[in-house]
Amino acid sequence: MKNNSEWTTVIKPKAGWFDINLKELWHYRDLIFMFLKRNFNSAYKQTVLGPLWFLISPLLSSATYTIVFGHIARISTDGVPQFLFYMCSNAAWGYFSACLSSTASTFTSNAYLFGKVYFPRLVSPVTTVIYGLLSFVIQMLLFTVCSVVLAARGQYIHPNIYMLYLPLMIAQMALLGLGVGIIISSVTTKYRDLTILIGFGLQLWMYATPVVYPISQVASIAPWFQRLIWLNPVAPIMNNFRYAILGCGSFNYTYWGISWIVTALFLFFGVLIFSRVEKTFMDTV
Amino acid sequence: MNPVLSTVRSNSTDETVIEIDGVKKQYRLGTIGGGTLKGDLQSWWARVRGKEDPNSKVDAKMYTKNEKFMALNGVSFTVKKGETIGLIGGNGAGKSTLLKLLSRVTAPTEGEIRIKGRISSMLEVGTGFHPELTGRENIYLNGAILGMKRREVDERIEDIIEFSECRKFIDTPVKRYSSGMFVKLAFSVAAHLNSDIMLMDEVLAVGDMAFQKKCIDKMVSVARDEGKTIIYVSHNMQTIRQLCSRSIVLRKGEVIFDGDVERGIDIYLRNDEVTAKLFNDYTDCHRFNFLTDKVLMDSLEVLDKDRCYYTDGEKVKFRLKMHCNEDVSELSLRFMIHNADQVVIATGACYNFTGCKKGESFEHTFELDITPLASGVYKVLPALFELNELGEVIDCDGVYPGLVFEHAKTTPLNWKSKLYGDVTLTDIVCLD
Repeated sequence: MKNNSEWTTVIKPKAGWFDINLKELWHYRDLIFMFLKRNFNSAYKQTVLGPLWFLISPLLSSATYTIVFGHIARISTDGVPQFLFYMCSNAAWGYFSACLSSTASTFTSNAYLFGKVYFPRLVSPVTTVIYGLLSFVIQMLLFTVCSVVLAARGQYIHPNIYMLYLPLMIAQMALLGLGVGIIISSVTTKYRDLTILIGFGLQLWMYATPVVYPISQVASIAPWFQRLIWLNPVAPIMNNFRYAILGCGSFNYTYWGISWIVTALFLFFGVLIFSRVEKTFMDTV
Repeated sequence: MNPVLSTVRSNSTDETVIEIDGVKKQYRLGTIGGGTLKGDLQSWWARVRGKEDPNSKVDAKMYTKNEKFMALNGVSFTVKKGETIGLIGGNGAGKSTLLKLLSRVTAPTEGEIRIKGRISSMLEVGTGFHPELTGRENIYLNGAILGMKRREVDERIEDIIEFSECRKFIDTPVKRYSSGMFVKLAFSVAAHLNSDIMLMDEVLAVGDMAFQKKCIDKMVSVARDEGKTIIYVSHNMQTIRQLCSRSIVLRKGEVIFDGDVERGIDIYLRNDEVTAKLFNDYTDCHRFNFLTDKVLMDSLEVLDKDRCYYTDGEKVKFRLKMHCNEDVSELSLRFMIHNADQVVIATGACYNFTGCKKGESFEHTFELDITPLASGVYKVLPALFELNELGEVIDCDGVYPGLVFEHAKTTPLNWKSKLYGDVTLTDIVCLD
């Protein structure tokens, strides 16, 4: 028997619990790039407006929110111009939910590819996170343009020094989406129920998160209810994100800290389950 | 199954690149789990309370939930650098499962596989092609999926386009391609991979004949000139013959043969179901009715060997037991040797070795020189005959196959019987 170190690859039955090879993932960075390019190119091929859809859809949905929640339901936005409030919330929530839902369907939607050829399975969730970030950045650029336009018409927002936290918040949204998504994806290889649940669940989750309303509005119902909402790990991110950009409400450290702990837990268990499932999921998918 | 010397091609080196060690892969029969969370929870709850599983089918006798199926049952072999291996076997023999394990699509249940160098699979042509992207974009995408760096694809893109014969359409989305072009492009990418070991599953089954030939030539040159190792799975024996230097035959998840390609193919085609035996009993054998039955053979026993396997210079020595039904003055024996395709290729004879009286039982020992036979498995039709006054042959008895043996002959030429025939003549002498 020769020395084991000579071999480049040793394939064994089920690997250990924590077997995520980040070096290998880095080796496949070109694949991530190609997947991004594929997603981008194929999304808007044979469309008249092409990548303009990146701009049109957030504008339209923000306008809808403004009419439905702002004008009809008359939900307060803490004095922030309604359109900008919804646009900002929408971009953040959109990023989180995109990360979660596309990660959740990683195994099932890529089964045809995963079943044929090996590459680190984490490539595809990472791709979706980066792709989501791309459209998030575009939306935030659009947001900047809109806020300049509205400022010229006397409607101001108050971005502040807390914006330095933004990268941390964006990263947290991605990690939380990734963590929860991975757990769901690992379970969906066997149980398809969760695939159906996910669209529905995300919608419910959105209403449990201060997306279309500021968290201050919840306080008027009951203090315990507000605490409950705060415990939703996305709520403090959303609140602090809006505080940094719009200057409404207040910055909350306590619940944000809890939210980070929850994120870390989800990510930990997610990666744990993922490394167990990725080797043999093809047998059950 | 007798082990057989494997033909070692000049280009394969001694360096082992793959070591497969007692690999097993187990699948559960029937549907896996209930399919829904609810179903599994129900089953689990029923088990907890010690009740009958509400989800077990009433007539589920065929597959109980825990019945296991071994797709691979203890497969072990090693592969040396530069070898081209043909994996042969019927449907469900475990070929594709083995490739899946090698390409790390799924993990083995038991055992270990050790690989040296980069491995890449061309499991199905066109996997990972995106219809909306152009040919060129797809080359990069497919290359990346197969583990190539962008820079590596850059270096090869001209060769890939040239080989694919799709230059004219390279900037057109592949959804507009004909299926032939699609396949050509996909194969080109895979054939230009920068990996040390390539796994191919039926990839050459597509494309027109000219392109198929081009593919095989390419693969042969990849193996020979670039020293790459190839593991090829196909049901097309012709391509296996052309491409492979060694064959591994799988049956029901086990390796039943490992070695020479022609032999492997024969075994796969079940041409030698009759196994080589040392003692061949003829008493209950079926005989043709044109035989005179004057003398009948009882048995043929191979002498001085522990199995019917002969190497260079060894002679077939055997004892033939016979009994006489009618007086015969001069009895002769001939050995008609058939190849694996059941075609008679040579005959040796022993003339007028004895005479006999009715009711007599007797035995003789013979020796046959099989030097002219090329390597392979041969089946013998031993026949007893008389020559009448006119020199005509009158057959008394004959049994087929009366003896099966294998001959291994070393020739400087890598002798392929399908190409050069079953008989090796003595070497041509250069007279100057």
